Amino acid sequence: MNKKTSLGNRLVASPYLLWSVLFIVAPMFFVIYYSFTNSAGAFTFENITELAKYTDTFLRSIWFGVLATIICLVLAYPIAYIIAQTSSNAQRTLVALVMLPMWMNFLIRTYSWMAILQDTGIINTFLNKIGIGTIRMINTPGAVILGMVYNFLPFMILPLYSVMAKLDKSVIEAAQDLGGNRLDVVRKVILPLSMPGIASGLTMVFVPSVSTFYISQKLGGGSFDLIGDVIERQFQQSYNYNLGASISLVLMVLILFSMAFLTKFTTEGEGMVI
Amino acid sequence: MEEKIIIDLKNISLSFGEEQILKDLNLYIRDKEFLTLLGPSGCGKTTTLRIIAGFLEPDSGEVIFENKNMNGVPPHKRHVNTIFQRYALFPHLNVYENVAFGLRVKKMPEKEIKTKVNDMLALVNLKGFEKRNVNSLSGGQQQRVAIARALANEPSVLLLDEPLGALDLKLRKDMQAELKSIQERLGITFIYVTHDQEEALSMSDTIVVMDSGVIQQIGTPQDIYNEPKNAFVADFIGESNILDGIMRRDLFVEFSGHRFKCLDSGFEKDELVDVVVRPEDVEVVPAEQGMLKGTVTSITFKGVHFEIIVDIKDYKWMIQSTDYQEVDSEIGLLITPDDIHIMKKSVYSGVFGDYSSFSEEFDELSDVNEEVED
Amino acid sequence: MKLPSKIYTFLIFLFLYAPIIVMIVFSFNSTNSTGLMAGFSLRWYAVLFSNKNIMQALYNTLILAVASALIATVIGTAAAVGIDKWKKNLFRSSVMGVTNIPMMTPEIVTGVSMMLLFVFMGRVIGRQGILGFGTILIAHVTFNLPYVILSVLPKLRQTDPHLAEAAQDLGCTPLRSFFKAVLPSISPGIVTGMIMAFTLSLDDFIISYFTTGPGFQTLPIAIFSMTKKRVKPDMYALSTLIFVSILVLLILTNVAQARGENKKKKNI
Repeated sequence: MNKKTSLGNRLVASPYLLWSVLFIVAPMFFVIYYSFTNSAGAFTFENITELAKYTDTFLRSIWFGVLATIICLVLAYPIAYIIAQTSSNAQRTLVALVMLPMWMNFLIRTYSWMAILQDTGIINTFLNKIGIGTIRMINTPGAVILGMVYNFLPFMILPLYSVMAKLDKSVIEAAQDLGGNRLDVVRKVILPLSMPGIASGLTMVFVPSVSTFYISQKLGGGSFDLIGDVIERQFQQSYNYNLGASISLVLMVLILFSMAFLTKFTTEGEGMVI
Repeated sequence: MEEKIIIDLKNISLSFGEEQILKDLNLYIRDKEFLTLLGPSGCGKTTTLRIIAGFLEPDSGEVIFENKNMNGVPPHKRHVNTIFQRYALFPHLNVYENVAFGLRVKKMPEKEIKTKVNDMLALVNLKGFEKRNVNSLSGGQQQRVAIARALANEPSVLLLDEPLGALDLKLRKDMQAELKSIQERLGITFIYVTHDQEEALSMSDTIVVMDSGVIQQIGTPQDIYNEPKNAFVADFIGESNILDGIMRRDLFVEFSGHRFKCLDSGFEKDELVDVVVRPEDVEVVPAEQGMLKGTVTSITFKGVHFEIIVDIKDYKWMIQSTDYQEVDSEIGLLITPDDIHIMKKSVYSGVFGDYSSFSEEFDELSDVNEEVED
Repeated sequence: MKLPSKIYTFLIFLFLYAPIIVMIVFSFNSTNSTGLMAGFSLRWYAVLFSNKNIMQALYNTLILAVASALIATVIGTAAAVGIDKWKKNLFRSSVMGVTNIPMMTPEIVTGVSMMLLFVFMGRVIGRQGILGFGTILIAHVTFNLPYVILSVLPKLRQTDPHLAEAAQDLGCTPLRSFFKAVLPSISPGIVTGMIMAFTLSLDDFIISYFTTGPGFQTLPIAIFSMTKKRVKPDMYALSTLIFVSILVLLILTNVAQARGENKKKKNI
């Protein structure tokens, strides 16, 4: 490389470098800064100690997030495999169909579930007509988790599909050739090879699930506060930015830890796919 | 050949970090000649080519082009064009537009472009391919597009960086002949980089053998083959038995325990030398008639000849002969003064050894490694 | 496909499309119920088009999506071109690490962190209510950038590193060689990145929610404030329209793609 071009290469990237320092790195520092100061700007640990009040909320968020992620994995794995087995034209159409709902505003999709699940909603209207009577579905933990699964299921299907579509068919044939039955093939070949897809699917579902705020308000009726709800309230209602920042900071640390944990146990150093 | 010098490289040195790629390289290139830079991977041949093209600037030394210093002149202002290793055809343009690229940059009128492109495509036998997508062409056809694209600019020097490396053997042979005839027809200078000695021998007017950033020898193919300057050149070009010898006096050399008449002189008395004997020059005779006697350790049929490995005083010779010999039989060798070539001792002396571990497969494996070069 | 697979596929897609079907059906309801279908009418579409608020929000959303996608594409492509040439060292890996931050952190944290930055800046320059078009544009460009960079980088890696040199060899200046040789061969990556950026920006609610003020409402934010109250089917009408336009867009690009592939096949 001669010196002139390497200078040019630094130069073309410089607007981005400046941008990322100003608007990616700096905001992160502001989260930390606000977490350890009070509204007057003085240093304090108060925001952190106050977090103890929200232990239940944190635990509930993690629990709901984990449940939603596992359900997504269980639902998505077979469908990703099925899609990957179809002809390439069918694959393109099916993948487009998986992605299509994601382009719809998630507020509206979530709201639409309200119409389905509520006491006077479609399911209950139908159940009443056939004489079973109303079953309470809205405002339950189940409804919140359903909302998460619904919203983030495509994030699990797509990475799983992309690793499975790339799977070399001859590897599967080789496994069969060497005497593996169908279960063996899935357990010993397909599963290990789809680990990078599983890892990115898990993160892509867990991160938004654990930090969501709208779904719980609409489908949980406000009785199952999640971390996202608490953060939103600090910023949009009580205007306690410092407390809000400290909760966000803890949320971020929590996610970093769970991602490190995930990478360690699923990929063993392999890269993730998106 | 005309003696006009078109490119002159003077004291060129270049390092990448710690690694010195070229060490004080001096080379001049005559107008209209076919010059080949030949050497193993990492010898600095591609680097030399890139310095001429202007993609690299030497740390020190001068690049002189038609008596003008070209240091610091960017590639687009140099009157040379390059055929890249993997052709570097523009994937978004069709064959016609690829060839027209340089002409359009020069803002040549559309009519002239058309004539020129058609001429070039005719030259490389690609008429009728104008509208084809370059990705749909075979390797050989892509190669031809690359040649047409470079020649359309009417360079006075064409630089070719291992242009046939990606082609299969048969196609390679055809393209070698074609490149040579294009060069002769157009009468322009070709500077050709390759690690394939056969290619170099059959195409070049001049071969420059390089190793570790240093020129080992410059000469015609015959010179390089018959009069290698050191053990490296002797080993790299063709097959050779390289032996330790002692120059007893002018025209007399001793090796393998025998004194031979030779044609070389000008060495000191009893000077240690390297002796080269090409496998095809040795004559096999019955043991009692031979100057040297040895045991056949293996014999392989090669089509035109047998390749015989003979153990003489623990040195494994390679001999090419049309006669079959039994393994373990004793044979004699006749070597005439004409077959012996004496070289001064160099850093390469004793590096190459004999044919005891010789294997075709090794050769091919090292070829594969060379492809990842640069 | 075997029967169990077919049934499973059907069920998953039923699940994915249930709320969308409900929404489409009830957008034609003649009453304002979202639970009981009373009769067919286009009344909610009429209501929707007469809602100036929504129309303004739609306009804002489009402007924002176009502007942020364009800015992100230019900055991001330039960045990718630079990064691609860098040696693999600590500097490069930390830049890539920073690039991944907006994709890895929860949206709410990204939104909140930028809001804190803007509010602080507002305080520094002594302006209340700094949140508005400027800040939301910055936010959208920021979360679009990684997607542009990550779709251009692989294309750059796939292109022959000698392309730019070949163009220079044929007489182009270094700058011109980039536009004539490199840019056309990475353009599919650039277009993918730009479309991704555009749709992400169109759809974003969470980050917008924290980085805009009352003066600049986007469609998702307008929807959010409407769903705070009881939703009338005009929202459904709006969503149905969005759904249909995305569907049409998707079909068109798919057809174009299929055609392009067929054309290529013919050429070979």
